[in-house]
Amino acid sequence: MNKYETVFILTPVLSDDQMKETVEKFKSVLTDNGCTIENEENWGLRKLAYPIENKNTGFYTLIEFEGEPTIVNKLETAYRRDEKVIRFLTFHLDKYAAEYAVKRRAVRKAKQEAAAQEAAAQQEAAPVVVEEAPKAEEAPAAEA
Amino acid sequence: MAQEQMRPNNQGEIRYLTPLSVDTRKKKYCRFKRSGIKYIDYKDPEFLKKFLNEQGKILPRRITGTSLKFQRRVAKAVKRARHLALLPYVTDLMK
Repeated sequence: MNKYETVFILTPVLSDDQMKETVEKFKSVLTDNGCTIENEENWGLRKLAYPIENKNTGFYTLIEFEGEPTIVNKLETAYRRDEKVIRFLTFHLDKYAAEYAVKRRAVRKAKQEAAAQEAAAQQEAAPVVVEEAPKAEEAPAAEA
Repeated sequence: MAQEQMRPNNQGEIRYLTPLSVDTRKKKYCRFKRSGIKYIDYKDPEFLKKFLNEQGKILPRRITGTSLKFQRRVAKAVKRARHLALLPYVTDLMK
């Protein structure tokens, strides 16, 4: 069993439901082949650094999973067969990468919680300076 | 005329009022080795931008001071990020 992570970009023309459906489809490809999904991140609609297939934005999804090496080929075939996927990358996590992934997850979780708390605090109190707390946390994430 | 008369004494010698600062350049170092970073993430374009120039080209080791081992990894990470359209292949005025 190896640890992998895969990032793929879906076309921006999809509706939210279609997008979620497609993500579920690829997740089921993984789970049907005996993989355990460890983490899933939806980065939402992001601007691409350069146009791909005449599109300037895309839905990014990251999935971290653990499984046999043969799964990678199956997953990538599924990607190639699906026209909604415009880019994908599957990456084998070594010892240090796995360590980093765990740390990254924790940082992201903390950040989300902080953002949620701040949003709640903002609703209660008068609008204050909001930007500072998340930015301070970004720096250690980059260094790690 | 006055200047030409002065010359024999000075022989075209250049004199500075303050001593020149030679060899005050800071020693370059590999930031990965120094801060103990073992893995370079391709998903973090903001961090990778430190190793790119304005046109989005990878900076050479002689400028960033990165060790060979980590320069290879930086290059790999940048190329992965480019594939995923997190970083551009070519651009102008990135920063």
